Amino acid sequence: MSDVVEKTLTALPSLLSLDSQPGAGKLSVTSKLGSLIRGITELTSKHEEEKLIKKELAAIKEHVSSPNTTLRQMKEIMVRAIYCEMLGFEASFCYIHAIKLAQQGSMFEKRVGYLAVSLFLREGHDLLLLLVNTVLKDLQSTNLIEVCMALTVVSQIFPKDMIPAVLPLVEDKLTHSKEIIRRKAVLALYKFYLMAPNQVQHIHDKFRRALCDKDPGVMTASLHIYLQMIKESPENYKELAGSFVVILKQVVSGKLPADFSYHSVPAPWLQMQLLRILALLGKEDQRTSEIMYEVLDESLRRAEINHNITYAILYECVKTVYTIHPKSELLEKAAKCIGKFVLSPKINLKYLGLKALTYVVQQDPNLALQHQMTIIECLDHPDPIIKRETLELLYRITNAQNVTVIVEKMLDFLRHSRDEYTVIGLVGKVAELAEKYAPDNSWFVQTMNAVFSLGGDAMQPDITNNFLRLLAEGFDNAEEDRQLRLLAVDSYLSLLGGEAASLPQPFLQIISWVLGEYSYLKVGQDPTDVLARLGALLERHDITTETRCWVLAAMGKLCTTDGALRRAREVAHQYSACLDTALRQQAMELELLGQDAPLRHRVLPHDASCEDLEVDSSLSFLDGFVSEALALGAAPYKPPHQRQEELSQHKALNFEPYGPSLPASLSACSLTDRQSPTAMSLSSGISGNSTEQMQKASSNTLKLDGVKKVWGKEGYLPQKEATEEAPPPVASSAPTPSCQQGGAEHTQLAVSSAGEEEQEKRQLAATLFVGLGSQNSLCLMGKPDAAPKRIWRRQRPDQEALDGGSRPPVSSVDDTLDGLFDDAVPDSALLYSLDGPSVPQSCLDGGGEAAGGSLDAGMEPALALSPGDAPGSLLPPALLALPRSDMEALCSDGTLSVCACKVYQRDALLLALFLSNACDLPLEELSCDVTSEEAKVTDGYTTAASISLLAGRGVAVVLHHLVMELPSSQAVVAVRVSYRPGAGAPTQQAVSLSLSLADFIRPLPVSTEEYGRLWLSFSNDVKQNLRLLADSEDPLAATLAALKDKLRLHIVDIIGAEGIVACQLVPGQPCLLHCHAHGGTLTAWLRSPLPTLPDCLLYHCQKAIEES
Amino acid sequence: MMRFLLLFSRQGKLRLQKWFTPLVERERKKVVRDMTLMVLGRPPRSCNFLHWKDLKVVYKRYASLYFCCGLDDKDNELLALEVLHRYVELLDKYFGNVCELDIIFNFEKAYFILDEFLMGGEVQETSKVTVAKSIEASDMLQETMEEYMSKPAF
Repeated sequence: MSDVVEKTLTALPSLLSLDSQPGAGKLSVTSKLGSLIRGITELTSKHEEEKLIKKELAAIKEHVSSPNTTLRQMKEIMVRAIYCEMLGFEASFCYIHAIKLAQQGSMFEKRVGYLAVSLFLREGHDLLLLLVNTVLKDLQSTNLIEVCMALTVVSQIFPKDMIPAVLPLVEDKLTHSKEIIRRKAVLALYKFYLMAPNQVQHIHDKFRRALCDKDPGVMTASLHIYLQMIKESPENYKELAGSFVVILKQVVSGKLPADFSYHSVPAPWLQMQLLRILALLGKEDQRTSEIMYEVLDESLRRAEINHNITYAILYECVKTVYTIHPKSELLEKAAKCIGKFVLSPKINLKYLGLKALTYVVQQDPNLALQHQMTIIECLDHPDPIIKRETLELLYRITNAQNVTVIVEKMLDFLRHSRDEYTVIGLVGKVAELAEKYAPDNSWFVQTMNAVFSLGGDAMQPDITNNFLRLLAEGFDNAEEDRQLRLLAVDSYLSLLGGEAASLPQPFLQIISWVLGEYSYLKVGQDPTDVLARLGALLERHDITTETRCWVLAAMGKLCTTDGALRRAREVAHQYSACLDTALRQQAMELELLGQDAPLRHRVLPHDASCEDLEVDSSLSFLDGFVSEALALGAAPYKPPHQRQEELSQHKALNFEPYGPSLPASLSACSLTDRQSPTAMSLSSGISGNSTEQMQKASSNTLKLDGVKKVWGKEGYLPQKEATEEAPPPVASSAPTPSCQQGGAEHTQLAVSSAGEEEQEKRQLAATLFVGLGSQNSLCLMGKPDAAPKRIWRRQRPDQEALDGGSRPPVSSVDDTLDGLFDDAVPDSALLYSLDGPSVPQSCLDGGGEAAGGSLDAGMEPALALSPGDAPGSLLPPALLALPRSDMEALCSDGTLSVCACKVYQRDALLLALFLSNACDLPLEELSCDVTSEEAKVTDGYTTAASISLLAGRGVAVVLHHLVMELPSSQAVVAVRVSYRPGAGAPTQQAVSLSLSLADFIRPLPVSTEEYGRLWLSFSNDVKQNLRLLADSEDPLAATLAALKDKLRLHIVDIIGAEGIVACQLVPGQPCLLHCHAHGGTLTAWLRSPLPTLPDCLLYHCQKAIEES
Repeated sequence: MMRFLLLFSRQGKLRLQKWFTPLVERERKKVVRDMTLMVLGRPPRSCNFLHWKDLKVVYKRYASLYFCCGLDDKDNELLALEVLHRYVELLDKYFGNVCELDIIFNFEKAYFILDEFLMGGEVQETSKVTVAKSIEASDMLQETMEEYMSKPAF
């Protein structure tokens, strides 16, 4: 009897949920889940729970594999399996059955099957492949619900390599008659866009149609995609700003059906998206910003109902107002809103108010002044989250005058904070402030001590590195350096003397380094004593091996007296039999250095830790060893890419995908050399994730040849926000009394009863907000450009050189290089020659950055243009004299065909695209877009040229200048051409073109003497043996000639068996090649200021020799 | 974009988990553990917004159940709070005065509703009526199918 009651009770929820009448079979299974859940709740220990679930899983396993299990039972089993997985127990044996259920089940079993699949299988799980056919079938189903389920699952778990399979079907759904399907399709495409933007490139027009959809839900969905695209390139969507404003206006004034209202606010989600988009579009663009002022004003005005959702909109609105080109009236209103937030008694709003303040305080420091009392109160707020936000705000307004107070507050917070991520973040900020604004040396040392002891072991390593560099490099003032170091030594000695506190490992490492390096500065300090204290550290059990190594290294520097020497020997002896190799090596070094004083002086000179060391990066002292080994028959060293290439040649596995499944965009990628790593990595590009693993596994960039790195991993990887380091400029004079008074006046107005506590707070306010005042209102509009005065952190000279330009960071050869590169400055005359009389109609785009010429009148019909044709007649005359490649047909769709030709200009690679109209009708709105990750297209990484009209059978030439700033053995260029045939809808063609490094190599005309000078100044080198071309009388000359021919190198000189060759990578990175022929091999030695250039070039030399 | 949505009880028992970006199992477990620890440790009436690594965390307690989601850095916290609220409203409409037990025993229904409401971490359907309608439509269909299946086959 009781059993029946129980069963009825269990079924109750499902009855309530309008579920089906429980059939007999269903009831029994449901109660299985029910009894499982109840059983678990009755248990008391984790162990019992584990036992019960194990038993349950065993039962499930038996059931799923039994042939008698019906689909309906299977559905219930899946639900139980999901439950077990949720509790953290793996039920992987069910995965395949979940797929089967989705495949075979009728509607409602299918639904559970899909749910189980989406919960069980992660993106990229192998079993997903088995699901593709089911999804395809369901996408084509006439049943709406099946289509919905398929779209949902596609957006949830499909990895990027499976997108091409379903893309056409999903695309079709954009024109489905039901809005729910259209909406789901748009969102699925949004997900695809996030994963692989280039795969959905061709459907941008359809996104536009979704934006204009009559159903607001579909339109809202399409905004997700637009937000993403606008985030990436706002300039391409400026013309849409007007439409977005109109939409927002309609929404705000309540034109949408009431269905879309949420707590009587019209479509808040839609409003939010639009505000975000407007912020992106209006940023640093006055003209676009002007369009939106009115609607923003309206939004601020309308949002007055006292509900969270209105506040959410207000907050977004304020952010937008402060992001776009400023307008004082709006700023005023926004500031008022921020005030409302900050002063709100609701804690969530206060939090957001603080965030908003943090966001705007750099533009408008006065706003912080207005709310200073609230900020002070928030500093003592019981909720640590609020405190943390307040500190974040204070961090933004720190200057040299209030730094001590603010840092003190931060350290206070750190002392009470236990959350690791908070600590790591805040510690970095304190260290940064201390370095930037420290008022004096002893404060700095004390603060950094606090930072290191609070930061713990998880502290970011660059904090310690910066600190040590600062100590070692010092400033211009030697006396101050000495003082700082001495202070550090003093405080560390006393810290070690205290010994009670167990300090974090990084701090101990710093202490031992500083004591080893600088304890000699302390007059009267016996090194033996220092050594003894360090030795005491070694006795402790809680220090890591790494720290022990640091201690031993410090000891090596300290053994200057006999006593110290004895102690050091003891330690060295103790660790010389240690199992850890690093530690043992340190011990050995210590022992040797202890014995040999002159050696010690040479290896570890006083106060020279940051002097530049001469590093023989080519390891030439090993040459003898190498040649000996080679003579004894050792195999010559091969660089990683060569090894990989050979490996790929030997591999019997077929990495090529099967023909038909090749996605359109990938098949367009040119498959040039099937023997090379290109082929292999292309196929790995198709299999998706493996490429990224390869990338992680090795730092060698060459392995990625030919992989289209068009999409990053945004949305998954944490995106580092560019740290804004520009606090408001500080008047260098003493704190101005006027601003203090201003603050005080304000507080007097706000607070009538000034108790003692108030007094204290006001004092605190005065110290915190000093330096932020009306004198700063000058920078209200736009961000202050002046960099903060950096008292402490000095830029390293080589960084400066690198920042200054892409020239090699060596001053001694600058003259030579300047001489060489002066005539390599981009020659814009060449570019403009398109305007010449021989070109009847030409248009230049964007201030001459990219030139697009359109030739139509009087030209030969476009049909004459086919691959291999001499492009001579079409290229501007100034380019005809330059060397160029053959014409290559890229793509054609019957209406427009695109061919490309590479022209090797001296300072850039000129990519000429020939767009020929194959019909008699004119094409309108022709535009051509060229982007590349590896190569730089003129000034940006992308450039677009547009031609308003291309006459029937006409040909247009679009020129793009490409340079390669970072060497990569291959550059993939994505070309997108869009046009509108006279009457039809806009169409687009996308194709990618791969350029080799060789396309960017130009001869570098230098003399032998200059070569010699340059050679010594370059640090990155690679050495390798190549094959000599045997079949000629002078193999060296023949080989070099072949290289010159293939790679456009400049042969500087050939002296006997040695040859020197020079080349440059446009836009002007030299690379030198030194060849030595002996026997049948050519030892090539490459040097360049760029680290990866020699390796990349060597690879191409090798290929060139193989081919000739 | 929402990264994940977790429902857990006051005792820290997970009731529902939805991940909108792929994470390996270990990371998921860490997130769940950290979230329950962090959220359950908060005193009542404190701020509903937290930080975890580079994510914003928004949580809200409804009766004995905590709703907790992780957001991108650019997302609006208040809006996320309303997303959670809307989800509760939807559950409420479907189950009729929803309680934790409804979700425990019918968690698959809760997942279905969530799938209709959120897609790819973004709000898909803001209209309460439409979500309810589409869920009902599938349920109705389920019913007819079931009736069909339970008919004796001759």
